[in-house]
Amino acid sequence: MRLRPGHRPPAPVSDLPAAATDLRVRLGGKDVLRDVDLEARAGEVLSLVGPNGAGKSTLLSVLAGDLDAAGGDIELWGLPVSAWSPRAVARRRAVLPQAHHVSFPFGVGDIVEMGRAPWAGTPASAQDESMVRMAMALTETETFAERSFTSLSGGEQARVMLARVIAQDAGLILLDEPTAALDLRHQEMVGRVCRELAEQGRAVVLVVHDLDLAAAYSDRCALLADGRLAACGEPVEVFDAERLSEVYQQPVTVEADPGTGAPRVVPIRR
Amino acid sequence: MTALAARRATSPSRATRVTGLIAVLTAILGLGLLVSGSSGAFELHLDDLAGSIAHRLGLGGTPIEGAGESVLWNIRFPRLVLTAVVGACLGCAGTLMQGMFGNPLAEPGVIGVSAGAAVGAVGAIAAGFTFAGNWTIPLCAFASGLTTVTVVYLLSRSGRRTEVVTLVLTGVAVNGLAGALIGLFIFFADNAEITEITFWQMGSLAQATWQKVAAVAPLAVIGLLLAPRYARLLDLLALGERPARHLGVDVERLRIALIVVVALLTAAAVAVSGVIGFIGLVVPHLLRMSAGPGHRSLIPLSALGGAAVLVWADLAARTVAAPAEVPLGVLTALVGSPFFFWLLRRTRRSQGGWA
Repeated sequence: MRLRPGHRPPAPVSDLPAAATDLRVRLGGKDVLRDVDLEARAGEVLSLVGPNGAGKSTLLSVLAGDLDAAGGDIELWGLPVSAWSPRAVARRRAVLPQAHHVSFPFGVGDIVEMGRAPWAGTPASAQDESMVRMAMALTETETFAERSFTSLSGGEQARVMLARVIAQDAGLILLDEPTAALDLRHQEMVGRVCRELAEQGRAVVLVVHDLDLAAAYSDRCALLADGRLAACGEPVEVFDAERLSEVYQQPVTVEADPGTGAPRVVPIRR
Repeated sequence: MTALAARRATSPSRATRVTGLIAVLTAILGLGLLVSGSSGAFELHLDDLAGSIAHRLGLGGTPIEGAGESVLWNIRFPRLVLTAVVGACLGCAGTLMQGMFGNPLAEPGVIGVSAGAAVGAVGAIAAGFTFAGNWTIPLCAFASGLTTVTVVYLLSRSGRRTEVVTLVLTGVAVNGLAGALIGLFIFFADNAEITEITFWQMGSLAQATWQKVAAVAPLAVIGLLLAPRYARLLDLLALGERPARHLGVDVERLRIALIVVVALLTAAAVAVSGVIGFIGLVVPHLLRMSAGPGHRSLIPLSALGGAAVLVWADLAARTVAAPAEVPLGVLTALVGSPFFFWLLRRTRRSQGGWA
């Protein structure tokens, strides 16, 4: 069994990249997600925000197919997740995990090229080189293309993995804390990359802790609290000082960014 | 210059290095076969050797006078061919295992194939089975090796997935059980059987015959031909199971396929040669350091390298203490164990302990 063209991908029956309905997830005998209804729309950046343990990464894992839901439905392009073969879904959905580990010292270029694996043997493989080049340029990783992945710093590794995910050319892109290991400049770079990917018509869903970053670059934000969706909508609507103070159990004020007008969350310090 | 242009500029050097390695390993293997073919208790000149081969191939030349012809064709050549085949199987199986576990310490023995095969062989000797004549012991070893690896796999699965740590620990437990069973067989065996069991356990190719070559060649060839099919998928598996799945790899199916191929390769090798350790550990590791971790070149290289190393090791085994013969498995373990210790320390340091 190799990566052959194999099964024809099922014909999508809707334009909606991902939809979760009445989603419930149990882990260790406890409901970690309940009553979640959420859509990832093409051309949109959707940020999942919320305190630690709220269920952000769990929600992303379910969308990524790593976790099974205990109840409710997950549909990708209108079809239940189970209807997709691994290969077919890999051409439509790319996932950036939180931690990056590579067993053997593969070169950075090799790793990014691995993102093209789902397209091997299809006409799209003609774009392998241009996609890899584009992905490495977007993530500013060309300068260490020749180095081995294991020799890079954590932040550099994270950018290489992001490049791999971009090279996969998927319509639904799931990123679990893509900015966690990055410096200020590269956090902003990830924000711009997400916008660019959305402008290409893809649906981008990311878990992010930095609320200002989420506010500045997202079309919509989903605020999770204790396994439920506390709010979902445009950042201006969701980032309400009272609501955030309650969910995070930390008093905050929300002001408008003087440059962009996007909401900016400032903890109240005494 | 763009990154990809830079990559293209350097990739020929990688290809050149792989070609160079193939040439060097082929030369080492060829030289080993010639030296090993001519040396031993019955000394043969290289030109006699060449003449005899040419004669058999119908290219002129003359057979060697006296017993030499028989020594060469009935004792040395089957042993050389069997050594090369066993070495190729062990080297290739080691690469597959390491890729599958994502760990340079993984060895075919880790999942219990070798120990399982040993149980079958030792059991056959102790019980005095002869249902298939000379084939009885290899057959039993092969069957029990395959059974063991299947059991290990089933035990280590939970849900629809297999965690690597569980698989390794299950392998450890199965290896322990196999050791106990072998001990039990030895306890109940008579003196003649004990001698045979011990020799088999230490690993040796001294009993090579053309029949044994014929017995394992089909299995070995199937395994060696199937292995390169999984090269690309093994590369993706280096990213981890979930990322590999997200890139379209059916990880469960891949693992079953790899287990079957590994069982085929190791059980075939162990069935005719006993337990010869560390070839599957040392050879892939050294080649990975020189050719890079890409499995497309690593799989064929490690098969070739395994054959080359084992041919020279077997030559040493039968000549260093002549006229006596050092068991090959003992020799490879003597050289391989310190290497394993070194690798263990290095891996531990690079991981910051075994968290």
